[in-house]
Amino acid sequence: MSEARANILARLRAAPQVQPPERPYWQAPSFNDRLDRFRMMIEAVHGEVHVVTEQTWRPHLRKILAEKNVARVLAAPHLGIDWDDVVAYDAPVEDFKDQLVSGIDACVTTTRGAIAETGSLVVVPDVDEPRLASLLPPIHVALLKADDIADNLAQIIEAQGWAAAMPTNLLLISGPSKTADIEQTLAYGVHGPKELIVLVLQ
Amino acid sequence: MAADFSTRAHDALNNPQLRANFRRAMDGLMTKRAAQFEDKDNWTALRAKGAAIKARALAQLPDLLEEFEQKAIANGITVHWAETTADANRIVLEILTAHGAKKVIKGKSMVSEEMHLNAHLEAHGIKAVESDLGEYIIQLAGEAPSHIVMPCIHKNKGEIAQLFTDNIENQPYTEDVDALTAAARQVLRREFASADAGLSGANFLVAETGSLVLIENEGNGRLSTTLPPLHIAVAGIEKLVEKLDDVAPLLALLPRSATGQAITTYVNMITSPRKSGEQDGPRQVHLVLLDNGRSRVYADEQLRDTLRCIRCGACMNHCPVYSRVGGHTYGSVYPGPIGKILTPQLAGLDCAGDLPHASTLCNACVEVCPVQIPIADILVRLRTEAAEPSASPAVKGAGSGHSAVESAVWKGWQAMYANPAAYKVGTKALSVVGNLIPAAAPLLKQWTSVRTKPKFAAKTLHQLAREKGYDNE
Repeated sequence: MSEARANILARLRAAPQVQPPERPYWQAPSFNDRLDRFRMMIEAVHGEVHVVTEQTWRPHLRKILAEKNVARVLAAPHLGIDWDDVVAYDAPVEDFKDQLVSGIDACVTTTRGAIAETGSLVVVPDVDEPRLASLLPPIHVALLKADDIADNLAQIIEAQGWAAAMPTNLLLISGPSKTADIEQTLAYGVHGPKELIVLVLQ
Repeated sequence: MAADFSTRAHDALNNPQLRANFRRAMDGLMTKRAAQFEDKDNWTALRAKGAAIKARALAQLPDLLEEFEQKAIANGITVHWAETTADANRIVLEILTAHGAKKVIKGKSMVSEEMHLNAHLEAHGIKAVESDLGEYIIQLAGEAPSHIVMPCIHKNKGEIAQLFTDNIENQPYTEDVDALTAAARQVLRREFASADAGLSGANFLVAETGSLVLIENEGNGRLSTTLPPLHIAVAGIEKLVEKLDDVAPLLALLPRSATGQAITTYVNMITSPRKSGEQDGPRQVHLVLLDNGRSRVYADEQLRDTLRCIRCGACMNHCPVYSRVGGHTYGSVYPGPIGKILTPQLAGLDCAGDLPHASTLCNACVEVCPVQIPIADILVRLRTEAAEPSASPAVKGAGSGHSAVESAVWKGWQAMYANPAAYKVGTKALSVVGNLIPAAAPLLKQWTSVRTKPKFAAKTLHQLAREKGYDNE
């Protein structure tokens, strides 16, 4: 292997050297009303947005999920959702896989923020909210603080100092899972959630 | 499959279903992309930045590869280097064998297509299951992708419905897209849950952080890189970018150019395997860096621009040739304009020398390329390399299209146009005997097979000018 590495690097170093060009100016857009832009963009790709408060989000969520006939909900204990049918993802996936693949109807996760320009949630899975939580259940509910919506990706990368401390996995999620592989016809929920519900805490 | 491009193109052009499928798809994609870049000043500035970011990364490529490797290893990712696709296949097989893996679930990866990885794994008793819906469909059909972003774009609902009925147990015939998608979801969920390993490509490799960035809409890429205990990624060495910040402008270009989306549903940044205490994610992450001729392309300053490509497919969506003949006609993994310059450089002009000629040089691809690859200039360069190779560094297979007769004709043409007396004699001779040369004469034959041979005028331009009283040639 190291021979391949040495050969490839040697060929690249033997090639003509050129001065790396500077990055020309280009600025991603910013918005007067970031929540408004975020909402417009994520709704355009089939996301659902509810503006709630720290006091009202749990009963509001319960109402939404009841309307969708959700029985089992996956949520981390620190979210303080104390319904009977709530389970925590507190075991390694090897022991939890069967339940996760087909036994959970909805999952609630926090977010690290959002991007107004593209209507994207920033999700950083961790010990309490593992990677598959926002992926396998048919409904993903994401909690977003309105103040955490940035204008664009470049801004949030810098503001939150991503480059200095990248987590195991960092996700931008913009709407539910979708495909247009069959005759460019949109279909939702091909592999991930069919529905994405964003609760914006104001 | 027919042996050369022109034969395959002829077959494709006479297939009305195929042409209708492509026409509809390409029209839709062009319209959606145009809507994303309505602000021309912003588009111009953004693509200049995208091009500079990729050119900048290429200018520092060996250093960035080493920086990336160092960071990735520190993050717990195992990095492998492969000079050829055979090496890359061997490495992937060794990793899988060491883990006793029998089934691999795959996210969409063009490099794995370049490696013909599935066939290699099958030959060694390992099942490779494609999980991107389009890739799954063409795997059922036993075909290759016909587009780098939308692999089954050549198929219509009816053909897909029939494939599903024939291949999925208890699947009734339906052309309902939601029902077809749901059927695939059900089958592939079981495959995901039982896979021993996941395989993916990568859209960007970030040297600054040692991260892999993957974009997708379906979630199968996330599943492939998260659910199985082992993740293997394969990527070309040109995927490097210098800073995490560089990803932002490229993400503002790639999905908008490809499918007219503001962004893909998922942007998946992977920086390490599962850490202690984490509940999911693969326990090992391996990355195979593939050269397969890229370092040779890199050796030429002009051709190096080919390696800026971010695989959006906009060039093929806008190509008047691709949209009429479809992806399979190119007979290579990468079709369309980018394929016409990449394939002959990777495989050699001796193997794919007809591809640089499958173009009218209309420049549509150059106008839409988000990283400003001078595709038309490179096409002309490759045509020249095939006929009259430059001194060095040689393109693989350079000179393979050389013809002594053709070369002599052009040399004669050059001599005639450089000398007034020779020009006078030559044009006069052609005005007399030119129309006697049969259309089926050697050299003319291919050109006149689809065109009428032009008629030589009875008098040369100089003669006509003199008759009108102009005498100062």
